[in-house]
Amino acid sequence: MTAPLLETDGLTKRYGNRIGCADVSFMLWPGEVMGIVGESGSGKSTLLSCLAGHLASDAGQIRYRDRHGETHLPATMSEAGQRRLAREEWAYVHQNPRDGLRMGVSAGGNIGEPLMARGQRHYGDIREAALDWLERVEIARDRIDDPPRAFSGGMQQRLQIARSLVNGPRLVFMDEPTGGLDVSVQARLLDLLRGLVRDLGLSAVIVTHDLAVVRLLADRLMVMQGGYVVESGLTDQVLDDPQHAYTQLLVSSVLQV
Amino acid sequence: MISVDDVSKSFTLHNQGGASLCVMRGAELCVAPGECVALTGPSGAGKSTLMRMVYGNYRIEAGTIRVGTVALETARPRDILALRRETLGHVSQFLRVVPRVPTLDVVAEPLRRLGVDADTAHTRAGALLERLRIPQPLWQLAPATFSGGEQQRVNIARGFVHAWPALLLDEPTASLDPANRETVLELIMEAKARGAAILGIFHDADARARVCDREIDVGRFMPESAAP
Repeated sequence: MTAPLLETDGLTKRYGNRIGCADVSFMLWPGEVMGIVGESGSGKSTLLSCLAGHLASDAGQIRYRDRHGETHLPATMSEAGQRRLAREEWAYVHQNPRDGLRMGVSAGGNIGEPLMARGQRHYGDIREAALDWLERVEIARDRIDDPPRAFSGGMQQRLQIARSLVNGPRLVFMDEPTGGLDVSVQARLLDLLRGLVRDLGLSAVIVTHDLAVVRLLADRLMVMQGGYVVESGLTDQVLDDPQHAYTQLLVSSVLQV
Repeated sequence: MISVDDVSKSFTLHNQGGASLCVMRGAELCVAPGECVALTGPSGAGKSTLMRMVYGNYRIEAGTIRVGTVALETARPRDILALRRETLGHVSQFLRVVPRVPTLDVVAEPLRRLGVDADTAHTRAGALLERLRIPQPLWQLAPATFSGGEQQRVNIARGFVHAWPALLLDEPTASLDPANRETVLELIMEAKARGAAILGIFHDADARARVCDREIDVGRFMPESAAP
């Protein structure tokens, strides 16, 4: 029997008197993709930031089991320990590729940097790895020396994904990964993410407000409203047979094409 | 292999005045390995509702549904996912896939999820597509632009690509020409012969007579309040 990768218990974050997210408990198992949906202000991004260690929570616990089977409480770890988790075990894909890329550095440099941070020094190997990743995210090899500035939005997003996955993380946090993209580019990115998750055995937590995205990408779903998780379960069960009034409203509000 | 015992289902519509609709009460059936059972009844009788509860799409309000060793009413999401991956196949009426993914990959995906390598999965997917007369030049195209009958055949290929011990079929022969309908009936017989337990909805009476061992009229599980 395998153990959960990530587990939270009563996780709460307040902004003064206002609630960011409250009393969130769940378990994420290896290889699972969990979607978090809800309208703006529902607390889904706050929750993601707490999980990824970008925000300190006010109450509750996060437990993470690393690749050696050791369980950590990131909140009580030293800064160096937290940095190690973020660098070696986790990845974070921002909605805006500019937040996850170094815009002045070449595409190859963007992918190579995390490898160098892990101690790789052999230039040829790093360049080879960068070329390999460019191919995986469907960017032409001859663009390796171009800066992300010269890329389209969809290409920048794919480059960010390459940069965040090059070190072989086990858990990926994604904040609206298909957010600002053209629908035609979204589909390609979804397919790419699905293939990577399957082939690399990644676990992921994906925040989005797009129900079509979670339907295709997430195994499980949490629906948030006003900082609380109001409904959770198997993705198609939550979407096809929503129990909570807010989820029913959300599902019935989607425009049909 | 599949058993349904004293299952009830109602829907509460919070955004329509909290109306509560009870659509099913006391549903029961069982399907043994190698057997094909048809759900019958008029439109609105609850055939699809029952199928969705067996697949885990709909919550089970009361009663028990078992597929293999898994009790669906208490199963965790990850148990249901594992059940669908390994034990319970499904051919739905409509194909729902990531846009722009080539047909061959769509069909091979259930095998890839089971850890089968890409070459083997593609070979098996190709063999099924060929049997279902999807021309090879279409295999690298996404099925979104295909005709209704072609999409249905892609869906069927995907539903038979792995030898699931239990299968749910929702109108598998709808919108198919005679030759392809024949192939689908053959696929169903082969699945029965290897011991699969099959539960299906077939509006095609002749197809039903040929592959099904029993029929269950879902109308009798309809509470009186919901009867038309």
